[in-house]
Amino acid sequence: MKSSPSEFEIFWRTVLARAYPRVVGLSRNLSWLFFDFAFPLVGTFAMVFVYQGLHAPRQYLGFVVMGGGMLAFWQNVLWTMGTQFSWDRGNGTLELMAVSPTSFEAVLLGMAGGAMIMTTLRAVAIIVLGSLLFKVTYNLGGLPPAIGVFLLTLAALYGLGMLLASLFLYYSREAWHLGDAIQEPVNFLSGLYFPVHALGAYVGGAASLIPVTLGLDAMRQFLLPGTPRFLDPALETVIVALEIPLFAILAVSSLRFMEVRARREGKLISKWS
Amino acid sequence: MPRTPNPSSDASRLAVETRDLGRVYKTRNETVTALSSVDLKVREGELFGVLGPNGAGKTTLIKILVTLLLPSSGTAKVDGLDVVREFRQLRSRIAIVSGGENAGYGLLRVREQLWMFSQFYGIKSKVAYARIDELLERLGLASVANRQISGLSSGMRQKMNLVRGLMTDPRVLFLDEPTVALDVGAARDLREEVSRWMAEDPTRTVILTTHYMQEADDLCDRIAIVNRGRIVIEGTPQSLKLEVQRDVVVDLQLEPGVPVLDRLREVAGVGAASVREEDGLDRFSLLLADDAVLTNVISAVERSGRRVAGLAKREPTLEDAFVKLVGRSMTEEETQ
Repeated sequence: MKSSPSEFEIFWRTVLARAYPRVVGLSRNLSWLFFDFAFPLVGTFAMVFVYQGLHAPRQYLGFVVMGGGMLAFWQNVLWTMGTQFSWDRGNGTLELMAVSPTSFEAVLLGMAGGAMIMTTLRAVAIIVLGSLLFKVTYNLGGLPPAIGVFLLTLAALYGLGMLLASLFLYYSREAWHLGDAIQEPVNFLSGLYFPVHALGAYVGGAASLIPVTLGLDAMRQFLLPGTPRFLDPALETVIVALEIPLFAILAVSSLRFMEVRARREGKLISKWS
Repeated sequence: MPRTPNPSSDASRLAVETRDLGRVYKTRNETVTALSSVDLKVREGELFGVLGPNGAGKTTLIKILVTLLLPSSGTAKVDGLDVVREFRQLRSRIAIVSGGENAGYGLLRVREQLWMFSQFYGIKSKVAYARIDELLERLGLASVANRQISGLSSGMRQKMNLVRGLMTDPRVLFLDEPTVALDVGAARDLREEVSRWMAEDPTRTVILTTHYMQEADDLCDRIAIVNRGRIVIEGTPQSLKLEVQRDVVVDLQLEPGVPVLDRLREVAGVGAASVREEDGLDRFSLLLADDAVLTNVISAVERSGRRVAGLAKREPTLEDAFVKLVGRSMTEEETQ
């Protein structure tokens, strides 16, 4: 007990430990099957029916199905990573995390990692069921680069989630409203249900700051031939890759800054501020 | 039973040291001074009590010492480390357990939750589980080790919280009102475990905040009485009680009637007076300069039309010391 563990050991143990409640929660609280699995399927499939009703080109069904898959990860980042500090503050858990030698970064990664099983199941279900039901066809040759872009997108997206969490650490209730406020605009700007090309150069360019925007567009270009090109998929991949260190640095700096502010203003100890 | 300080601890080494410590809370409409010019020295191996009414500043002091809150002025060191500049190193050496704590996740089992918190300190799982099992056994929780947190009683939950505080083997353990709202048996178990834990290692230090006078008297080596953000007095329970040793301490019971507390305080020779209602009677605690003052007290009571239901002299308590030093009882202070 007396030998001091390294910072790295504390980090990875925290990641695993904080992921644990999420993982065991899958079997102990089955309500997620409705709220996080069945309901999102309905939302995505509703968009497919809209496109079918409009007699849109067949590839649009693929856009929606792939967008529905990525939507699961964006919502995981926003609601199970960004806002979790709000809940943890309310029951005093945040206080105990803050007073331990671990870091908020490790806690956040654990939260997100633990939720990943549920999120991945949801994304896979949307893509597999959607593709089978609506007969979406893919260019399997584009699968390896698409998987690569997907992983890069996730890394950048989770950096963004950590950045959002730093705001929640300090602002709490206000940040909760912020989460509500940005959810739909991000769904729109990242082109979850349509190719981002439709947004035009300026809006699409601004939306590129959201990792999902370019990541999803590149994946669509790799997997769904005929996707209207916003940027070259190789360039989109590079930009997404550059967003990883960008958001990581911003997130870590913001977490440290917000922690000091929260300590100064007593935000770590107030239960419902 | 009062704790016997461990003679083998290094009394010259300070576990906690604050200098001119202050904390001000600012909101849009007001500025509240929660702590003001607090100078405190707690020696290694001590069980130090911070006693005071609700809102006195006890919790603010603790939150600063455990690095959750920055002071507005002054300095504080815990185990030799500055709480502002060296907080990251400090956090592996301290733990806090608060009364009424609901931290964690209700779907986890007791053993799982404790393991989760142990991992935030980087403790190897095997070591953590061995320590958790030992502490659960000691606190009589072994039978609920695999029960979900949401199914625990408040007493069991607080014992589990104490296990969480002890399992990381902190150099300084902070207990913030740990027995608040617990039944007598659970509170006693907690106190006994804290005493046992300290006895195992003379270098362990505990800072206990409480507004239970008896708890402070039973457990603490030394006590600081805090009121309105300031330390009113500091010393051993015995030395604080000596403050009122020369006074005659009287319990006076009156049947219900018009208020007489202020009238009794005005009687010459009454050092302090407080009252609480119990079993339909007003029970006054009076500190009198000598026995002769009692006659004047009884006269004042009779003039007010109140009837005496009982009268007894007794030994002074910490509550009496508090009343004498502050001028009012803790209950009165809390309602201010």
